[in-house]
Amino acid sequence: MQAAHTETQPAIAFQAVEKWYGTRDEPVHALAATDLAVADGEFLVLLGPSGCGKTTLLRMIGGLIAPTSGEIAIEGHSLWRNGQRQAEALSDLGMVFQEANLFPWLSIEQNIALPLELKGAPKADRAARAQALAKLVGIQGFEKRWPRELSGGMRQRAAIARALSYDPRILLMDEPFGALDAMTREAMNIELQRIWMETRKTIVLVTHSIAEAVFLADRILLLSPRPGRVDMEVQVPFARPRGPDLQSTPEFQAIVRQLRHRLNEIS
Amino acid sequence: MTAKPAPAQFAKRFVTMDGALPWITTPVLLAVLILIWDSYVRYAGVSPLILPRPGAVWTAWLEMLRDPRAWHHTWMTVYATLSGFAYASVIGVVLGVLIARLRWLELTLNPFIVATQVIPKVALVPLFVLWFGFGVTSKVIVAAVLAFFPILTNTAMGVKSIDEGHRDVMVSLNATRWQVFRRLEFPSALPFIITGLEIGIVLAIIGAVVGEYLGGNAGLGHLLIARLNAFETDQMFAVLIHMSLLGFIFYFAIGALRKMLVPWHASAGPRV
Ligand SMILES: Nc1ncnc2c1ncn2[C@@H]1O[C@H](COP(=O)(O)OP(=O)(O)O)[C@@H](O)[C@H]1O
Ligand SMILES: [Mg+2]
Repeated sequence: MQAAHTETQPAIAFQAVEKWYGTRDEPVHALAATDLAVADGEFLVLLGPSGCGKTTLLRMIGGLIAPTSGEIAIEGHSLWRNGQRQAEALSDLGMVFQEANLFPWLSIEQNIALPLELKGAPKADRAARAQALAKLVGIQGFEKRWPRELSGGMRQRAAIARALSYDPRILLMDEPFGALDAMTREAMNIELQRIWMETRKTIVLVTHSIAEAVFLADRILLLSPRPGRVDMEVQVPFARPRGPDLQSTPEFQAIVRQLRHRLNEIS
Repeated sequence: MTAKPAPAQFAKRFVTMDGALPWITTPVLLAVLILIWDSYVRYAGVSPLILPRPGAVWTAWLEMLRDPRAWHHTWMTVYATLSGFAYASVIGVVLGVLIARLRWLELTLNPFIVATQVIPKVALVPLFVLWFGFGVTSKVIVAAVLAFFPILTNTAMGVKSIDEGHRDVMVSLNATRWQVFRRLEFPSALPFIITGLEIGIVLAIIGAVVGEYLGGNAGLGHLLIARLNAFETDQMFAVLIHMSLLGFIFYFAIGALRKMLVPWHASAGPRV
């Protein structure tokens, strides 16, 4: 599906959004004024060297930090009003962080089902859904364990299952596969593509792997640092489902080369 | 993904050793100590008024167990310890949460907390006896005052050390204030609170006993001083053993509470 952000309302809209962090010695300009529109159902990837503001941008979409200036709207709802986070803007949004952030006092199953519990789903449904998701991300058999009994990669998968558990329309992912080995990572990429094709969620994913970006994205935004800003925008035209073999085609390689070239220039 | 048998077995062997070792070493060491004690008294010719032989202490303790008055004293000490501990727990936990939450309250109270921490509180016991009388009330208060601070400071530390990443999860899930408390802050602080309770219960016993030393006519502390003044050293030692057992029971009760409430935490010991 090509991102056709024309007549319909964008899932995520930034209007001149700017972010400064106030540190004691000198303020950090983390993101220069940025306009952005992510279409409903689009798979957007943010790519860039570390420190270029990818996490900052994603956390602002998720309402975890407020912009210094500018307007953010999620599905038409203004995210901040008078310095107050607006709950209705965030009601349909799931987030996967760089760290798994599982709660150590909950079993894997309870962790996955936490969003459902907070939203008041019945207990039986929660368990069933958690089991299904554990299977989906490949950690079945570990549902009753404590998080500390799982490897880092498995914990990260449980975190992805947790974000999917209440089926949010918008999924924000901050380097979700950074902790995984190359093979698992590739498998998770294919899995994520499958989930996206099935559900047509709006996904914003942060990565610093060029190949991962080109493989997954409808559109890639390349960010550059000091201050963080969108340096380049690349549409990725390949049909879906994309298989592992796509990576060895000249077309794929061409986009990778183009991005790598620009990345080397800016970092 | 199936590479777990080898390390699991390895871990299991350690777990069983961890569990079994103290059950062997503790009685052996205890026996050795008692033997040394007994030989010393016997061969060095120490007066039984200074150090009675272990056998005499044992007999005195068995006698004490048959004496209903001794049980009355025991009950008074248990009562003073547990009520003091209960007050300290409730006030300590509530105030600890508030201090961790409200910056202005922490800043306001901090000088006083530090001051009361460094003042040797046991030195204030005569004052408590003067104010609250020779009855059980003064003992409850001493026990509460001693137990209060570790509970307060550990609770505050627990609430403050909540992981920022965990908070982000709750915010991104649009959790309500109550849900954040119930599902994140409380379970996260619980291991710290239990550590505070563990220190607190031991201090509560000390508080109650010291209170009994200095005033009134009830409790194991009082009994100990009475035996000392009567030169019944073997019976004094019996009271000492009795108190120590009480301390162990309370301490292990909190340990059991820990295993029950925070089995997920490393402090609850390995999972067998
Ligand atoms: N809480 C913060 N306080 C001060 N500076 C910050 C904070 N978070 C991020 N920064 C700075 O903002 C810039 C962008 O950071 P970040 O968004 O984490 O980048 P990325 O995720 O692309 O690595 C960096 O220079 C970083 O040091
Ligand atoms: Mg980052």
